[in-house]
Amino acid sequence: MFDLTGKAALVTGASGGIGGAIARALHRQGAVVTLSGTRIDALEQLKAAMGERTHAIAARMDDAADIDRLAKEAEAAMGKIDILVNNAGITRDNLSMRMKDEEWEKVLQVNLTGTFRLARAAMRGMMRRRFGRMINITSVVGVTGNPGQVNYAAAKAGLIGMSKSLAQELASRAITVNCIAPGMIATPMTDALTEDQRRSILARVPADRLGTPEEVAAGVVYLASDEAAYVTGQTLHINGGMAMI
Amino acid sequence: MSVIAERVKKIVVEHLGVEAAQVKEDAKFIDDLGADSLDTVELVMAFEEEFGIEIPDDAAEKIQTVGDAIGFIKSNAKS
Repeated sequence: MFDLTGKAALVTGASGGIGGAIARALHRQGAVVTLSGTRIDALEQLKAAMGERTHAIAARMDDAADIDRLAKEAEAAMGKIDILVNNAGITRDNLSMRMKDEEWEKVLQVNLTGTFRLARAAMRGMMRRRFGRMINITSVVGVTGNPGQVNYAAAKAGLIGMSKSLAQELASRAITVNCIAPGMIATPMTDALTEDQRRSILARVPADRLGTPEEVAAGVVYLASDEAAYVTGQTLHINGGMAMI
Repeated sequence: MSVIAERVKKIVVEHLGVEAAQVKEDAKFIDDLGADSLDTVELVMAFEEEFGIEIPDDAAEKIQTVGDAIGFIKSNAKS
């Protein structure tokens, strides 16, 4: 089950905690994997650790030309993109009253607009080959909202609507588009939360612990697999019971 | 019939799974040949590849019949 031998995957935000785990998990199932992110050193390190069948391409998700270049270079390196994991994401937290336009725009641009652009660039080849798996990493807060994250929650909610629309457009070409919505996962991004924030969030997690990046990656492997061909337009929540939707 | 017209019709037949006789120059992709909107996008992609040209979005929107496609390609194809 879930064998990805012969498949080619592009993972954005691969230098981050969840992205790295996703890349490793897809690779372990046999896929060729292109790692993308902004920090080339971290990408090269991960590439070296993963070994064969791995490529690294630095790209900025807030730059339209860079996103097109990423899609082209990844296709050139692997011959195709079968699996696109849009995992790149940033936060610029602030209460709405204090949120600057730049904070709002930056988060929307990277998390939502960049994801759309890369999906658009990758779908051409997927349509031609009549196969594709797009997996967009959203967040529990895209569904529940979160104080201080008005921009992040809006972008992540946007990803869910975007994915459902893409899923309907592309389903007849055997391309599935799904979201994974992690809850509180132990990564550098959650390390940045204050102790108060962490405690108040954990109080709402029935599993009473943070999730691991590997637990998110396992969901990606499933959605990327041939076995998940009939699953599209869905959001898989991986959150220890934090929100049951 | 020109070579370009033949190549265009061949692509349409292959892509939409219609009979060659149906692919007349005044045949509309959507109304007459059963294409959906995504099919028309894919046809444009196929024309771009076959003829090595770029069909901009505003031009692609105007290509509604087989004849429209042949006309655009004739005036834009390199060979």
